[in-house]
Amino acid sequence: MKNTASKAIFTLLCCLPMNFILAQTEAGNTGSSYFTYTLIALAVIIFLFIVIQVADNLISIEARQLGVAGGNSFSLFPKWSEIFSSRKPAYLNGEKVTVLKQGHDILLEGGAEKHIKGIAQVATFAIQPANFIGVSPIPKLEVEVGQEVKAGDILYADKKRPYLKWAAPVSGEIVAINRGEKRAIAEIVIMADKTIQYRQFPRFALETADRAELVAYLMDAGIWPLIRQRPFHLIPDEDTIPRDIFISTFDTAPLAPDLNLVVDGQEVAFQKGLDVLAKLTSGQVHLGLDASSENAPHAAFTQARGVAKHWFSGKHPAGNVGIQIHHIRPIGGADDVVWTVGVQEVITIGKLFTEQKYDASRVVVLSGAELEQPQYVQTWQGANLGDLVKGNLKTEKVRIISGDVLSGVKKDTSSFLNFFDDQVSVILEGDYFALFGWLLPTLNVPSVSPTFPSALLKDTTFRADTNTHGEKRAFVVTGNYEEVLPMDIYPQMLFKSILTGDFERMEGLGIYELAEEDVALCEFVCVSKQPIQEILRKGLETMRAQA
Amino acid sequence: MKQSLLKFFHKIEPDKKKSPFLHTLYDGFFTFAFAPNITTKGGVHIRDGMDLKRQMVHVVLALQLCYLFGTYNIGHQHFVALGEYTGFLQGVHLKLIYGLIKILPIFVVTHVVGLGIEFYYAAKKGHGIEEGFLVSGALIPLIMPPDLPLWILALSVAFAVWIGKEAFGGTGMNVLNIALLARVFVFFAYPTYISGDDVWIAGIDKVDGAYVGQEYGWIYGVFDWIFSGLGLDTFGAGRMAVVDGYSGATPLSLAFQGGWEKVTETYSAGQMLWGTIPGSVGETSKPLIVLGALFLIFTKIADWRIMVSMVLGAAFMGILLNLWDVTPFMAVPWYYHFYMGSFFFAMAYMATDPVTAAGTPTGKWIYGFLIGVIGIIIRVLNKAYPEGWMLAILFMNVFAPLIDYYVVQANINRRAKRAQALKAGV
Repeated sequence: MKNTASKAIFTLLCCLPMNFILAQTEAGNTGSSYFTYTLIALAVIIFLFIVIQVADNLISIEARQLGVAGGNSFSLFPKWSEIFSSRKPAYLNGEKVTVLKQGHDILLEGGAEKHIKGIAQVATFAIQPANFIGVSPIPKLEVEVGQEVKAGDILYADKKRPYLKWAAPVSGEIVAINRGEKRAIAEIVIMADKTIQYRQFPRFALETADRAELVAYLMDAGIWPLIRQRPFHLIPDEDTIPRDIFISTFDTAPLAPDLNLVVDGQEVAFQKGLDVLAKLTSGQVHLGLDASSENAPHAAFTQARGVAKHWFSGKHPAGNVGIQIHHIRPIGGADDVVWTVGVQEVITIGKLFTEQKYDASRVVVLSGAELEQPQYVQTWQGANLGDLVKGNLKTEKVRIISGDVLSGVKKDTSSFLNFFDDQVSVILEGDYFALFGWLLPTLNVPSVSPTFPSALLKDTTFRADTNTHGEKRAFVVTGNYEEVLPMDIYPQMLFKSILTGDFERMEGLGIYELAEEDVALCEFVCVSKQPIQEILRKGLETMRAQA
Repeated sequence: MKQSLLKFFHKIEPDKKKSPFLHTLYDGFFTFAFAPNITTKGGVHIRDGMDLKRQMVHVVLALQLCYLFGTYNIGHQHFVALGEYTGFLQGVHLKLIYGLIKILPIFVVTHVVGLGIEFYYAAKKGHGIEEGFLVSGALIPLIMPPDLPLWILALSVAFAVWIGKEAFGGTGMNVLNIALLARVFVFFAYPTYISGDDVWIAGIDKVDGAYVGQEYGWIYGVFDWIFSGLGLDTFGAGRMAVVDGYSGATPLSLAFQGGWEKVTETYSAGQMLWGTIPGSVGETSKPLIVLGALFLIFTKIADWRIMVSMVLGAAFMGILLNLWDVTPFMAVPWYYHFYMGSFFFAMAYMATDPVTAAGTPTGKWIYGFLIGVIGIIIRVLNKAYPEGWMLAILFMNVFAPLIDYYVVQANINRRAKRAQALKAGV
């Protein structure tokens, strides 16, 4: 069908010059004869189209009879895909690719070389209960200050859902339990041993055990918080059976870690993790694979067994699991539960079964233009940020972010990497006044707008800072959120419905399909400088309270 | 230089509590000179360089060609009507000065009244001055007849900003296009100043039933003194008779009387295209407007969908009326409709206002197309309104939320259906 359309358009284009000739002979005539000429021109075009189409078919029949390989490539018409779509990489082998047109890659300076520098010198690690949504701020502590723990020992359990337990990422001494506002527990800090001692778990027979046993085993090992549930982006309840489980194997956020590097050498654990997850869902485990890079993704991803693979090609947020769910099997409502797990978390799950230990080691990318040496390092969950960037900062006036610059969290050198984060971004603080900042075509400001010359120069990288480049305003511009959100959703309408508290519309417009990271780019491009992620979270919390 | 300017600004900053209005005023000018030093808190850590000021200013930039040409054309039309300097490039200095004398008061009054109201409300509500009026204020002088009395202009601007915008909650909340609201106010409250054949050429008065040129007052005298010093032509005293056959009619009113033939008796197609014809100040020169429109499309400030669909809508309706072919105006070939009137100006600058247009991509196609259709209907079929775009756009402004409602509802239904199918599958 598409091919026929392309043929028709191509013929029309070829006949366009003829139209001009006709129009010229018409000049000086009255309007009515112009119609006649147009009709004649149309008839001629259709006639030519038929002739070319017949000839085209005859050639391909001839080619097939002669047994020439690829008879279709003799077509007189260039194929739609040949003209417009970029050449698909060879490793795809003709697999179906979901091409996402909308999106934007923010190219920042300070990307790390693709090589793991070794184990980072980090003294303290922390688990932060506030990293989780829907968990009571004062959990039930299982440890106290001064106590020695092994990696995998339970640190605390949730008050509302006591089966939810968090494990220590490293072995060592509990040196502090820091409290925040209203005596909420902010951090449980562990001074790590030189060599990590692991709590040994009993061997688990994955093939013979039933699901309930598996769940109990995972709960006890503190694995459960590694899994997140959509809608709402929470830790799942113990008795929910997810419709499907989704894993994105690539991260498109600015300066995000290359997960191919992360999974290298962990193939067995990753596959084991997938096997475990497959037992937890009533549906399937879905892998989202990157089809836009030149080289094939790591074999651990492409050769993964027992999972459904889906190829995605596009700019950020194509690597976001929420976007991939939308294009694989979208979330239907509040009760349509799916899970998402990150690649490093899958490896942690796998290691519990291959090595009988809770291994929370993480490959973390230290990125950003304000670092002397952006690099990949090996460390553990919740590493101290000050230790991670020690001696690596160019200036003092920087912002240290746990996560990427779009949806990460502002931290300082005394705080810790967030639970799910495998990236540290360091950028300049931008508290300066820019003379005629709203007018001048500045070069060093990332933007989707062609009013900045950088939008014309492809591959320009930016040394971005935290300046807002303008003040907050009411929603004025329309259509620019849609250009960076590759989903069948009207974001601006959704955000407005959240602000007005219209439950039915929020639900109808697809709030369940979104998490903050998915709309982070909308917030980035927002001309009115609205806090989009905050608005979405407010909406999600309202809906969760309703459900 | 930048640092000393910053220091100066900080020194003159008025106290916010003691004089809120002065502080708002100060804040407006300060943020005009300097993009503020606010940094991101929570949410994204880096922000796109685009803000509302930049967005609005680029529309104003795109309008500059229209301003330049419009100003000159005021003078050109005036002198052509008097039979002097009929060549486009004759008497350049006189035409330019004449145009400036006409347009500067319009521009100043528009901004003093409009910005005054904006500043007042910004101070009252305690928020920064919003940029919406930058564009409205630049558009309003371009869509008014050059001889519009300034008190009417002031009234219309006050009406548009007060009732049309501030009553609805300020920039981004208005339902109707502010600039067009100002124009429609004049149109219905003081119709004789903005319709008919007598208002489109500046400085032609009707004295005892005969048209004569205006008297040149003291300000022209000042320029005459300069010009004579430089050895150039001068304005003189004025009160000259107009040329034979002068009517001041625009192509549209001629087309209504006798179709395309009647139009071409007075104006050539080239004149209409390039815009050396009487009309509102900034809407006559099509190539310059299209250039501005392309600039807006290229910089993604305005939505191309609305522009394209509006052209399609106008062409579609034009063809339909050609086929119907009852009055002489209906017989005007559809493509000539683009030569006459202010279609392109309405398309590039009025219909694309993001606040009042439809907000969804599909909605924009429908919105633009219907403006095109309705505008041509009003232009050709309604004797009372010689040009249709103002009314068509205001009409569709009212319907834009409805269009969006149905487009969004379709999305909601699609999602609900999908959820049901999913449930049935499980």
